[in-house]
Amino acid sequence: MNNVASIIVVGIGNEFRNDDGVGLYVSHSLREKTDEEIKVVNGVPDGFALIETWDESSHVIVIDCAASENIPGTIYRFDALKEKIPSGLFDGFSTHSISIVDAVEMAGTLGRLPKSLTVYGIEGNNYSPGRCLSPEVKIAAERLVDRILEELR
Amino acid sequence: MKSKTIKVDYLARVEGEGGLEVKIKDNEVTDAKLNIFEPPRFFEGFLRGRKFTEAPDITARICGICPVAYQMSSSHAMESACGVSVKGQLRQLRRLLYCGEWIESHVLHIYMLHAPDFLGYQDAIQLAKDYPDVVNRALKLKKLGNDIVALIGGREIHPINPRVGGFYKVPGKEELDKFVEPLKWGIEASLETIKLTATFPFPDFEQDYEFVSLRHADEYPLNEGRIVSSKGIDIEAKDFLDYFEEEHVQHSTSLQAKVKARGHYLVGPMARYNLNFDKLPEIARQAAIEAGIGEECRNPFKSIIVRATETLFACHEALQIVENYDMPNRPYVEIEPRQATAHWCTEAPRGLLYHRYSIDDNGIIKDARIIPPTSQNQKAVEDDLRHLVGKNLDLSDEDLTWKCEQAVRNYDPCISCSCHFLKLNIKRE
Repeated sequence: MNNVASIIVVGIGNEFRNDDGVGLYVSHSLREKTDEEIKVVNGVPDGFALIETWDESSHVIVIDCAASENIPGTIYRFDALKEKIPSGLFDGFSTHSISIVDAVEMAGTLGRLPKSLTVYGIEGNNYSPGRCLSPEVKIAAERLVDRILEELR
Repeated sequence: MKSKTIKVDYLARVEGEGGLEVKIKDNEVTDAKLNIFEPPRFFEGFLRGRKFTEAPDITARICGICPVAYQMSSSHAMESACGVSVKGQLRQLRRLLYCGEWIESHVLHIYMLHAPDFLGYQDAIQLAKDYPDVVNRALKLKKLGNDIVALIGGREIHPINPRVGGFYKVPGKEELDKFVEPLKWGIEASLETIKLTATFPFPDFEQDYEFVSLRHADEYPLNEGRIVSSKGIDIEAKDFLDYFEEEHVQHSTSLQAKVKARGHYLVGPMARYNLNFDKLPEIARQAAIEAGIGEECRNPFKSIIVRATETLFACHEALQIVENYDMPNRPYVEIEPRQATAHWCTEAPRGLLYHRYSIDDNGIIKDARIIPPTSQNQKAVEDDLRHLVGKNLDLSDEDLTWKCEQAVRNYDPCISCSCHFLKLNIKRE
């Protein structure tokens, strides 16, 4: 990832739904902890708009909360250009739109995939109203921030 | 005796949780229901006791697709209660914001939710395989709407910048100038959209609706106007509840509205178009006529052409506003609360949105009433289903079910959170 200007970090989730905000927590932390030139995009309105955040030369990192009834704090990593993201992890992205998985499929269909596309998920636990991450989710988020910083170097 | 029930438990490509059920006995449709089983959300209840200035932010949360509509109806209602009218460039900025929402919402429905019905695809992803240029155009046009809402509203969804009296912050001239070229492209893309939708195969199906929308002396309606209907209603928003009423039916958690004197009616793009054709810009009138819908459209399946025409209007209107913009000196008008009850309607993408509030001298909300477009259209949807099935009894169950789903999607119903799972039950006796 030498072309630092084209690194795009997309945090997805609802910061007012506790663990659902973990993607935004990670993208904010990355913004604070790195001097690398990265573009942080938060609050993408829907899956269709996700496709509009990048172009063919971009290196894209997407972070979202996963809800698959696995152990809270589990970190997932997918190279979306090489492997299919299993369904059931990131469903319900938006109320009137398409999921991340569908957005990636649509981008592929349209020939509009970025140069690299890494999708991270952190398994959540508590989606009630509030602004606190569960302890195990917060630990996982900090680990993921370090891991992405390592990858960015 | 031959009976059957056409039933879709979960409708796909609609906003929210709903289903449909049509019962047929001896080749007669005996019942047609749009089932809405999403839990009630009690917004009117928790507005009580809040400050009048909070209504735009609270009510925006009712919908992720048309939050601007809620912000506009509530802001205008509160200003009306306090005897204030927002004019000049602030009023224009509100119209611009609303245009952004119309573009965003209409393009999403036309291309992603509705077009697959006519072209025989399950969803927009399948559509993208065969029509990549069309879907790319849709994504770009939708983003134009998103960008307008983000600039004026502060962000794309649930904007944070609008307030009672205007805005917290207004953009500079140079920020709006950036939209001139994209909006010129938007007008061309909308024309292409009208041409495309005009080529779709439409069933021969017309209904005798009572169309209801706002009408304004000088403008295609967005933020204000009198409430008019194709059967003679011509009233102010304050008289809305004298002419319209809501009732509870067992199969729906949404109240169903009707004209007191007559019954079901229709709000939304087709109603606005039919009642305000003369207020559309020349370019939109001409494109609609060339697309073959005439000055009056009564075929609900053709509402997709009307939405495309309104998208063209919204791009055209937005361009006029951008080109004539002067940054106002103050972003909002100061407002002192006073005890009052006020009513206001604006035109949400899906139709008339009625708000009524009572506030006290301290600006505390004592009572609130909100009637969204989808609850007003429920009875019209059911009437469409009844007649459509009655006219198509010779179709196979599969084809008939598909047609019924389309008939619901004609309305772009916004029930409130999505479902992609379709389960079909056909009961035969």
